[in-house]
Amino acid sequence: MAELGLLRTYRIERVPVPPRGSLALVTLGSLLAALVFGGLLLALSGENPVSVYQAMLGGALGSWNGVAETLVKTTPLLLAGLGVAVAFRMQLWNIGAEGQLYFGAIFATWMALFLAPGAPGWLLVPLMIVAGMIGGGLWGLIPGALRAYFGASEIITSLMLNYVAILFSDYLIHGPWRDPQAFGFPGSPTFPDAAWLPNWGTTRVHLGLLFGLVAAVLLWFLLRRTRWGYEISVMGENPRAALYAGMPMTRTILLVMALSGALAGLAGMSEVAGIGHQLQRNLSPGYGYAAIIVAWLARLHPFGAVLVAFLLAALTVGGDQLQMTIGLPAAIAPMLQGTILFFLLGGDILTRYRLVKRSPAVGAIASEGQ
Amino acid sequence: MSQSTAAPAIAMLGITKRFGNVVANDHVDFAAAWGEVHALVGENGAGKSTLMSILAGLYRPDEGVVEIDGQPVQFRSPRDAISHGIGMVYQHFMLVDPFSVAENVVMGERSGGVGLNLPRVEHRLAELSELYGLGVDPKAKIWQLSVGEQQRVEILRLLYLGARILVFDEPTAVLTPQEAQSLIRTLRDLASQGFTVIFISHKLDEVLAVADQISILRRGRIVETMPAGATDRRTLARLMVGRELAELVEDPSHEPHPVVATGETILALREVTATGDKGVPALRNVSLEIRAGEILGVAGVAGNGQSELAEVVTGLRRTTSGAIQVSGKDVTNRQAGEIARSGVAHVPEDRLATGLIGGMDLSANAILREYGHAPLAQGPFLSGTAVSRFTDTLIAAHDVKTPGRWARLRTLSGGNQQKLLLGRELNGAPNLIVAVHPTRGVDIGATEAIHSALREQRERGAATLLISEDLDELLALSDRIAVMFAGNLMGVMSARGADREQIGLLMAGVAPEATTNG
Repeated sequence: MAELGLLRTYRIERVPVPPRGSLALVTLGSLLAALVFGGLLLALSGENPVSVYQAMLGGALGSWNGVAETLVKTTPLLLAGLGVAVAFRMQLWNIGAEGQLYFGAIFATWMALFLAPGAPGWLLVPLMIVAGMIGGGLWGLIPGALRAYFGASEIITSLMLNYVAILFSDYLIHGPWRDPQAFGFPGSPTFPDAAWLPNWGTTRVHLGLLFGLVAAVLLWFLLRRTRWGYEISVMGENPRAALYAGMPMTRTILLVMALSGALAGLAGMSEVAGIGHQLQRNLSPGYGYAAIIVAWLARLHPFGAVLVAFLLAALTVGGDQLQMTIGLPAAIAPMLQGTILFFLLGGDILTRYRLVKRSPAVGAIASEGQ
Repeated sequence: MSQSTAAPAIAMLGITKRFGNVVANDHVDFAAAWGEVHALVGENGAGKSTLMSILAGLYRPDEGVVEIDGQPVQFRSPRDAISHGIGMVYQHFMLVDPFSVAENVVMGERSGGVGLNLPRVEHRLAELSELYGLGVDPKAKIWQLSVGEQQRVEILRLLYLGARILVFDEPTAVLTPQEAQSLIRTLRDLASQGFTVIFISHKLDEVLAVADQISILRRGRIVETMPAGATDRRTLARLMVGRELAELVEDPSHEPHPVVATGETILALREVTATGDKGVPALRNVSLEIRAGEILGVAGVAGNGQSELAEVVTGLRRTTSGAIQVSGKDVTNRQAGEIARSGVAHVPEDRLATGLIGGMDLSANAILREYGHAPLAQGPFLSGTAVSRFTDTLIAAHDVKTPGRWARLRTLSGGNQQKLLLGRELNGAPNLIVAVHPTRGVDIGATEAIHSALREQRERGAATLLISEDLDELLALSDRIAVMFAGNLMGVMSARGADREQIGLLMAGVAPEATTNG
């Protein structure tokens, strides 16, 4: 049997207690390594890595407009990321944030166009918030209930429901909710002005960003300072201890999945009310999936999610800029984004595991023994 | 020490092994000769298992050398170790239940290609079994065998694989006293035929009965190696803990018990039946009573229904019939939380699996029972200051050694984890205490603290259901002893003057002529 030579000389060992400050150091190191590796790829395809990186950074953060666009993308990533984080805290693997986001958008649209279209802004926006959270919450509750009552894996059911939600949204904008004045283009009618979230100055940054920041603070408080947050943590860390302490398992699974979905639903609401002002196709370019990365890299910490969401948004915006400013092929930007994420996630593992060199004699004895 | 003869069978020189900041073995020198039973004794956490896991190829030392017959060797796996003739019998057997003895043995073999010559293996096993008097039928299925027989299968497997140095990790922990006696005879036989036997234990009587040489480990260092004939219980106990211990030295059953409890009945089980995890009956019509101010000890070989008994009383397992009352109130099949609130403390069998949350800090573990009540709870919120004060009080009152309440529970030693758990459970002055293996895996100092806490609770008037595999512990603490076998309560007797021989027979399922008096 052939074994990898590398595994003969090195082995991977779990780090019992990650040293203090290692997280920041490893994250920086990973970013650097990613830039070097990405630079290599760029050089191979005949580009100047330095100017490409300059363009990327400039595009994301080099101008007020760039910063604003980054904040626009931060909003849904943060809200959905918080939703994923709270479920993951309880070891409920909700990967249905994408579908929950869509259902939040659908319910908010329903409220804006059909339930309360004439309401003034001070009333309509809160109503849409509630509707969006209910929509996402219900969509999260389905896998939650299947898990709580029948033990069905929420990984599978929440993932499957993503497709259902996206296709249902497509059905609505092609069918019953299609704007009759749009000359056959799919999409709902534009919302009344009262349903538009206020913007920050002339930028596209909208009130949704504040939703995200407030949600992060509330979630932190919930997890750290309330009985319910304590129960969530205990159930996630050791379900048997929760049973031993008499904690209400079934109810908490339902509530946490609903909360998780509601946060993703709020992301969907803020996208339609703050950006598109209608329900449209490709509402989300995968925010609900990126939210999983946000939650994980943030180590399920609400404030960490703010940072990671911003970073991920900057990557996206900077990458998009490359195509426009220096006319790189469309494939380069996602490739660089992928490289950076790959190294970040890999580095994250390095804080928890380490590579240890075997003493050479051990390998020798082993091969002699075969 | 001057060794005039040839190199020892096995020598471990300057072995150091660290786990993070913990030094499990600190420059340990250990040697055993051919034909010798060498006991390795020490408290839990002294480093015995680590040292032997290095010998068996499970861990690699950070420093130091292992030599066989004077030749340095290095192992990268247990398979390596066994090819050098070193085999280990673990506490938990590595056997596949539905397979036969011979099939289990063949699984460990890698040579011989795809063909499987089972009759040849069976023949060879039968020879070995005959030669060493193990009495194992190679064709028997594992599930048909008793625990003691399964242990002999493990020995036979190692012999078949060519092991000449056999390491036993607390081999008698799972055996009845009779089975333990028979194992000790087997080990002596093996030694007399030239094998080296290394025997890890903290049961001093056994060690004195079986060993030629005894090495004592304390805090990762060997403190002494000496012939068994030149020492006694008292000396060994002193060397193990580094100080005198009244309780260990005296025969524990002489502890004076208070007058027989006459308080009100706290726990009453009537004809309780329950099913185990594998769907087979685990409790069969168990009836018992415990009064206020009384400790009832439950003896039995692991897996005879003791765990399930504790679980039905504390609400972690449903009964299929029968009734359970606590202080006159019916609690049959109530939720664990509700039973706890009616004054039942529970020290569970596996503290990290059930009673504690290893990944969370001490505060989170301390408040597990009380977090729903004032002053910890303020409406839906938790009061940070009240939580801190509660945790600090608990840490101080029960002498939990920790850097602080923010430390992760898992970083504490087993003894300190258990002290925190016990302190938390006793906090509400419970009527009933269900304690399952309360001192398993904890050091002697913490064992003392836990024992005296349980005695204090008895003085206070609590009823205690104490489940343990350690007969010494049961005899030292209990007022009455119940013995379980195959889900049945075989008998209940007064602990004063209880006959170990009789308890052992009951544990093995042999019903006495004169039946219960409880």
